[in-house]
Amino acid sequence: MKSKKFIVNSACHVLLAVLSFIWVLPIFYVILTSFRKEGGSYKSYIWPRGFTLDNYKNLFEGGSQINFNRWFLNTLIVAIFSTLISAFFVLCVSYVMSRLRFKMRKPFLNIALILGMFPGFMSMIAIYYILKGMGFLETGVLKQVALVMVYSGGAGLGFYMAKGFFDTIPMSIDEAAYIDGATKWDTFIHVTIPMSKPIITYTLITTFMAPWVDYIFAKIIMGNDIKYYTIAIGLWTMLEKEYVEYYYTQFYAGCVIISIPIAILFMITQKCYVEGVAGAVKG
Amino acid sequence: MSIRKNKKEAHYSKPADASVIDALVKGNIITKLSFVICGFGNIVNKQFVRGLAFLALEVGYLMYMISFGIGALGDFVTLGTVEQGQVYNEALGIYEYSTGDNSMLCLLYGVITLFLTAAMLFIACMSVKSAYCTQFRKEKGMLVPKFRDDLRSLKEENLHALLLTLPIIGIITFTIVPLVFMILIAFTSYDRDHQPPGKLFDWVGLDNFAAMFQQGSKLASTFWPVLGWTLIWAVVATISCYIFGLLLALLINRKGTRFKGFWRFMFVLSIAVPQFVSLLSMRTIFNTNGPVNVLLRTFGFIGATESIPFFTDATLAKITIIVVNLWIGIPYTMLSTTGILQNIPAELYEAAKIDGANAFTIFRKITLPYMVFVMTPNLITSFTGNINNFNVIFLLSGGGPDTLDYYFAGKTDLLVTWLYRLTITQKDYNLGAVIGILTFVVLAVVSLITYRRTGSYKDEGAFQ
Repeated sequence: MKSKKFIVNSACHVLLAVLSFIWVLPIFYVILTSFRKEGGSYKSYIWPRGFTLDNYKNLFEGGSQINFNRWFLNTLIVAIFSTLISAFFVLCVSYVMSRLRFKMRKPFLNIALILGMFPGFMSMIAIYYILKGMGFLETGVLKQVALVMVYSGGAGLGFYMAKGFFDTIPMSIDEAAYIDGATKWDTFIHVTIPMSKPIITYTLITTFMAPWVDYIFAKIIMGNDIKYYTIAIGLWTMLEKEYVEYYYTQFYAGCVIISIPIAILFMITQKCYVEGVAGAVKG
Repeated sequence: MSIRKNKKEAHYSKPADASVIDALVKGNIITKLSFVICGFGNIVNKQFVRGLAFLALEVGYLMYMISFGIGALGDFVTLGTVEQGQVYNEALGIYEYSTGDNSMLCLLYGVITLFLTAAMLFIACMSVKSAYCTQFRKEKGMLVPKFRDDLRSLKEENLHALLLTLPIIGIITFTIVPLVFMILIAFTSYDRDHQPPGKLFDWVGLDNFAAMFQQGSKLASTFWPVLGWTLIWAVVATISCYIFGLLLALLINRKGTRFKGFWRFMFVLSIAVPQFVSLLSMRTIFNTNGPVNVLLRTFGFIGATESIPFFTDATLAKITIIVVNLWIGIPYTMLSTTGILQNIPAELYEAAKIDGANAFTIFRKITLPYMVFVMTPNLITSFTGNINNFNVIFLLSGGGPDTLDYYFAGKTDLLVTWLYRLTITQKDYNLGAVIGILTFVVLAVVSLITYRRTGSYKDEGAFQ
């Protein structure tokens, strides 16, 4: 009996080891290529002939066209502003939808549901022309402002997760605050917000990550203004025909550099997500 | 019906809830005039700030309409009449472009003007209500709220107005207006032969939809296969990721498995990496000269110059995409199911074991039904997410392999990626808009059938 259990257990561990090997393999390939000494794109072998740190060094030195530092900074600026605005929007809408009852509440929820069913960038062309009409696509800096608006403008619609969290905070806590003479505003600021750290962190980080990984919206807004590119379109540019032979290994170096902070942030959101789903008040 | 009755009964105690029609019928002449001259009722009753704010908004709107709006509405109907032409300038001896109408801008400004008009109507209604409320309070001898009281109410009974105003303005400008604009484009002839500012386009009614469904046309013979693949993809991707992810979660959660955190970390790593990185490297890995083919050549499975067409053969490309999607999707399912798995009552398992059920029966009869029951909303979300799964297709195969049988679509194109090609590459905006609307219809049908039946929609306040 015991030996059978041992066999099953070992079989499971071997299976897990094989599976996780498959899962990690592509990531390992990315890291491997980022240290590859010989340039050029595809090789007829897998293990690099030599290793070097030059790919990383060259990446940060930056040229006139491919300027990683600049892209990094661009993305950081866009990410910070759009995070602040969208987190504010999301928290406002989700609190209102969870806690306050008013005439337009149910219609609003239904409209949000319907809007969510249209393909996201179907309206992208229209947004492009609206921004162009408003003169936002004249200079690079204005394009960045436009990008912030695109990322955060409709953010109020992504309220489901935070609303679900606020729903778990018992109404009795709010009522206790009202009895003590607090207005609803006071309750929101001084009672609900301090109780909602996991969900606020979650909202902040997920909105912060969006500009780092988005490709489509940034590409449409930025067009050929390569100086103001964000990281994602910048890296994509490296794979274009005129750059790929020289920049192929640097592309992977850039990917590794971007992936590390994103991966860490993602792990943090997972922790917050679990706490957020578990609810605010633990029984 | 009963709601209206309640309203009428409540009408005497809380005039703030009176509807606009009530206010217009029961209000005095000053209240009625407030519909035309916004804020009139408030100003007469010395609520100057509120009244003047209403008035200022109306004046602003009227000035906009006179200077620009009325013309924009006219252009909205015709979508421009003067085409850009060439005029011979005798003094310089060259042809010069004469500025014509820009149909795209006509449409855009028309939509914006319509939205502003709707906003103005809303303000007029607010003005009447506000005037009626004041009139009512005065007649009853109650205090008329001052501006300071209005401000205070924003923190209490009108908190929703304070918190929602900015987000809703954002949603209207960046989601609703563009969406309405795109939906209208589906009814125009805005394709690559009618590109403003050079050419005009016009309203064509339902022609684009007719073309999409016309038997034997190239569009129809593209649309149906693409729709078919989209649905197959969504079903297969959702179910395969779900089942295998669940099995993986079970494997890690087994009693005998050690280093649970470590295994979870190994799998989560693949989704922590940005998708454009992992998908682009997947694309290179399965490329004609990518590592997989190189490996196969090295080990002699295929000849030195041969390669397996992972992304260039239609059927194989579809399989590759689904397999690669497993690589991304399984860790997601594993993450979201782990918590729920631990909530399955242990008695169920013990009872099954006593009855002599083996592991497979337990999975099929207990775990799977329980998980499906709890996670149906998640499954629907991931199904709709997969229908719109732009990233995986666009970054992996780009929709290819292309085929001449289709109207600018590849064999692995989903509706969304076809929409992208039609608009961004082909500039057939009208067809793109039609595809967008049809995608919406597919999603709406799926969601309406399933989503509204779930408990979380019906009684969301169950835990409050």
